[in-house]
Amino acid sequence: MITDFLIQFRSETALTVLILLLLLLKITREVKNETLLQWMQLLLCGVLLLIASGPFEGHLFGSMFIATPLITLEKLILATGFLLICMLHHEWLKAHEHLIEFLILSLSSLLGMFLFISSGHLILLYLSVELITIPIAAMVNFDLEKRRSSEAAMKMILSSAFASGVLLFGLSLIYGTTGTLQLNELPAALQAQPLQIAAFLLVISAFAFKLSVVPFHLWTADVYEGAPVAVAAFLSVLSKGAVTFMLITLLYKVFYPLEAVGYPLLQILSILTVLIGNLFALRQKNLKRFLAFSSIAQMGFILASLSSYTVAGAAASVYFIIIYLFSNLTAFGIVQIVNTQNGKEHLESYRGFYKNNKFLSWALALSLFSLAGIPPTAGFFGKYFLLIAAAAREQYVFVILLALNLMISLYYYLNIIRLVFTKSPEEMETVRISQPAKLALWIGIAGTLLLGFAGNLLEHIQSIMN
Amino acid sequence: MPQASILLIPLLPLIGFLVPALGGKTIFKKQTGWFATFLLAVSTALACSTAWNYFFSYGKENGIYQKHFPFHTTWLQLTDTLSIDMGILLDPISALMIVVVCIVSLMVHLYSLGYMKHEERYAMYFAYLGLFTFSMLGLVLSSNLFQIYMFWELVGVSSYLLIGFYFERPKAVAAAKKAFIVTRFADLGFLIGILALSYQAESLDFVTLLERLTQPNSTYLTQATTSSFLGISSITWGCLLLFMGGAGKSALFPLHIWLPDAMEGPTPVSALIHAATMVVAGVFLIARMFPLYALGAPEVLDIVAYTGAFTALFAALIACTQTDIKRVLAYSTMSQIGFMIFALGVSGYGGTAGLGYSASLFHLFTHALFKAMLFLGAGSIIHFVHSNELKDMGGLRKSLPVTHLTFLIGCLALSGIPPFSGFFSKEGILLAAYQQKPFFYGIGLFTSLLTAFYMFRLYFSVFWNKPQQNTDRIAGDGGLTITLPLLILAAGTCVSGFIPFGQLVSSDGIPFSSSLHLGFAVLPVLLAIAGISLAFLFYQKDNLRAAYWSEKLKGFYKTTYHKFYIDECYMYVTQKIFFNLIGKSAAWIDRNIVDGLLSKTGSGTQVLAEKIKSFQSGKLQSYTTWYLIGIIVLIGLFTFFIH
Repeated sequence: MITDFLIQFRSETALTVLILLLLLLKITREVKNETLLQWMQLLLCGVLLLIASGPFEGHLFGSMFIATPLITLEKLILATGFLLICMLHHEWLKAHEHLIEFLILSLSSLLGMFLFISSGHLILLYLSVELITIPIAAMVNFDLEKRRSSEAAMKMILSSAFASGVLLFGLSLIYGTTGTLQLNELPAALQAQPLQIAAFLLVISAFAFKLSVVPFHLWTADVYEGAPVAVAAFLSVLSKGAVTFMLITLLYKVFYPLEAVGYPLLQILSILTVLIGNLFALRQKNLKRFLAFSSIAQMGFILASLSSYTVAGAAASVYFIIIYLFSNLTAFGIVQIVNTQNGKEHLESYRGFYKNNKFLSWALALSLFSLAGIPPTAGFFGKYFLLIAAAAREQYVFVILLALNLMISLYYYLNIIRLVFTKSPEEMETVRISQPAKLALWIGIAGTLLLGFAGNLLEHIQSIMN
Repeated sequence: MPQASILLIPLLPLIGFLVPALGGKTIFKKQTGWFATFLLAVSTALACSTAWNYFFSYGKENGIYQKHFPFHTTWLQLTDTLSIDMGILLDPISALMIVVVCIVSLMVHLYSLGYMKHEERYAMYFAYLGLFTFSMLGLVLSSNLFQIYMFWELVGVSSYLLIGFYFERPKAVAAAKKAFIVTRFADLGFLIGILALSYQAESLDFVTLLERLTQPNSTYLTQATTSSFLGISSITWGCLLLFMGGAGKSALFPLHIWLPDAMEGPTPVSALIHAATMVVAGVFLIARMFPLYALGAPEVLDIVAYTGAFTALFAALIACTQTDIKRVLAYSTMSQIGFMIFALGVSGYGGTAGLGYSASLFHLFTHALFKAMLFLGAGSIIHFVHSNELKDMGGLRKSLPVTHLTFLIGCLALSGIPPFSGFFSKEGILLAAYQQKPFFYGIGLFTSLLTAFYMFRLYFSVFWNKPQQNTDRIAGDGGLTITLPLLILAAGTCVSGFIPFGQLVSSDGIPFSSSLHLGFAVLPVLLAIAGISLAFLFYQKDNLRAAYWSEKLKGFYKTTYHKFYIDECYMYVTQKIFFNLIGKSAAWIDRNIVDGLLSKTGSGTQVLAEKIKSFQSGKLQSYTTWYLIGIIVLIGLFTFFIH
């Protein structure tokens, strides 16, 4: 029992220890932010190694907690993302007076994500959702002197509370109609009664809220606008990644008796999300908001792939999340680096950016190409497999609509690249890049370029999914 | 038995192309020409020995010439039954053609060594010649329709490169483009024809395809004759479209317009491509598919005959009035190809009824030799006087003695004067026409008269007409590399008529003997002599008779001088009708409908993006309201309607 606990619960234990250490540090002594960050990055690497130390299968606490190779991989992805955020936003974090609090909160949220994707019981699922969300709401407030930041945090916590209420309502309906909250017992108990369908829709809507799926996305705009860039990146990549992973488990392992409902539901939601997300992104004049909105549309493509209810669709989604993580974090990181230095995040201020910032421009262009899905970047392969999966049911109108939306997204991504590379009388001065950020950018670039050719990665995901 | 060494015949010229094209020209420099010529000489030796062995040792079984496949490989296996193969088919006509192509190409290579030596892009010239020779040999040795189509296009490309060799001249560029576009247009028909026929026969292979579509009771033939499009059966369509491709390459009316302009290329190229080899590809194609035409679609064969006869007459008329030496020869080539084509058109299948088939290929063979010689001679003349115009020439007998002699032999052969080769082959054609369709015999006779007239108009204008040129420019024939090819070809012209051609090449592979009827030959020869005499009267001395008669026949003369205004018709159709009607309307559709649709989508997206702004009110109450509405709608939808 105790060895099982130590092995399967190792990443969660490590994070908890880390959080406790930071708490102790906070009340005992002053540490320079620089040193703290260095230690933090080092320790996170250790956590990564710990997670990667092996895929172990099993369950703990009476099947409340599940460990599979797929979940291990997903945890690895999330932890990598968190490490990249810490490195890319090094400058901003270093300058922040409440760094320890920020780290405690973000690590708690990460711990929530770990528990969330490992949960085998709906109560643990609910609790971990709260563990993810509440620290984020606090983190959104971390631009302490800005009122918008506080407003965003307020909206975040209130609307999340609402979504949690809906989720709980759904869970109670499930318990009412089936008599169990154990995920592995649920499929046998579901018969697609109207009440169960309603419960399913309520649960899915809470997930849709987290993923900013239309029409549950309205909180996103205000929160992203107020939040610090690092938090926006955390929200739009890590939190969405974790929710997507759990959504795959729910759709494919738990609620699959309701496939007849899930299939059209996901199609409708995905088309709405892709379209509205694109329309929002089109209007943005602020690069941070733009990235946040374009991520809404990206989620729509993931839903489209999931709607196929095939292993290929699920595998393509996980694969896409990995690629998306590298591309989007790189883009967010560049926005942060520029913003910390000169406070600029307006699209127009990037005009002529190339002149003095060759490396950053190329990195930005590459990540945007990948997000737009242009070969040979990995984003192309990611989108390609998503669309292939979405086409599995031969609903070609649906696929054509998705492809048309890809074209719209092409417009706004390329528009930014155009701005960056056009000449302008007011060029931005050269932006300094800290060493960790530079390293992280290189990692992001490598991921963006090489992952597309890692065809066996997709096969690997597919094989551990079965 | 045939060996795979036959593969070397086309591959050696390919090496001659690849080595200079891939950078060897900087290593070899001026030696490139000799290198290419050497490779081709080896090819030629191989081709001759292959043909000799085929015809006289192993080709015949039980008295019938068999088809041999010395090399065969599957290139693309598309389905279980359909594959694209690469192979070599050796039968009488391909054995004949490799000899013709190799010999003429070798002569042109030799000639070019001297003729082109001052060119800056000397090495590339030989590279292009190598590419052409490779493609042409590949074409004639092809064992299936797809392969022939590939080489057909390669031949077109190398022709394009060589016509446009002097690319600093706008006229050469225009001519190259014209040739390419016109033949490409025809090739579109060719491709559709290939698809139609291979679809019906479910094979691309010549032997299989011909067998399936010509056996009287085969299901393939019934299928191909009963399925129809626009009231015409698919086998007819296939043959017709195949002929369209052939007509484009062989410059038959109305697709002939590119050939006269193609004379902008270097003169040796005109000799090789636009007189002896590539332009007869159409004849070769019809001959290759002949059983299909004769047995499957005889009505198309009639069209072939009429097209050929009309082209022969039409081109001969134009040739009488042109003043550019190369253009006269070009029209003469068209006219002679017309002869070959209508000979095929009047031919039957098998036995002596197939005389037209043998005569056509015989004429192809003899014509290749003497027309190449005439063009090479014209090259010497042009080189000497620095002009293409007849008015700048005259009295060149002493200045160019070798050219004079060989040119005279060529003219005599072309006019059909015995014992030169042209006489024998043309007699065969006329006899075939006389036996099968006398109407064509009449056209053939009249055209022979015209042929003799325009050839000797050329001869007298160039070598007589004016007093001797000043003597210090005597012996302008050039070196041995220039005169040797002329002499070899002249020798060939003198002796090749005596080959018993029916014994070698016949429509069904069974040799037959065609005897020459002396009595039958009298009329054509008399007409040829009449034509020569007329030319003698008009052009032997500088006089006004020709001018007087052209004034008399002013309207007709002008029409023929302007080539019956065919080019103008094309210009009218393309410029006024295509560009204005189709081009402009297509541009309008593109600008207003396609672009309009796109820009409307763009602006519409913007407008929509403005519209949904109101949802983003910033008020938390409205956000949650939308959330609730969304979930209620979804629950309603799925519990009441969809489920």
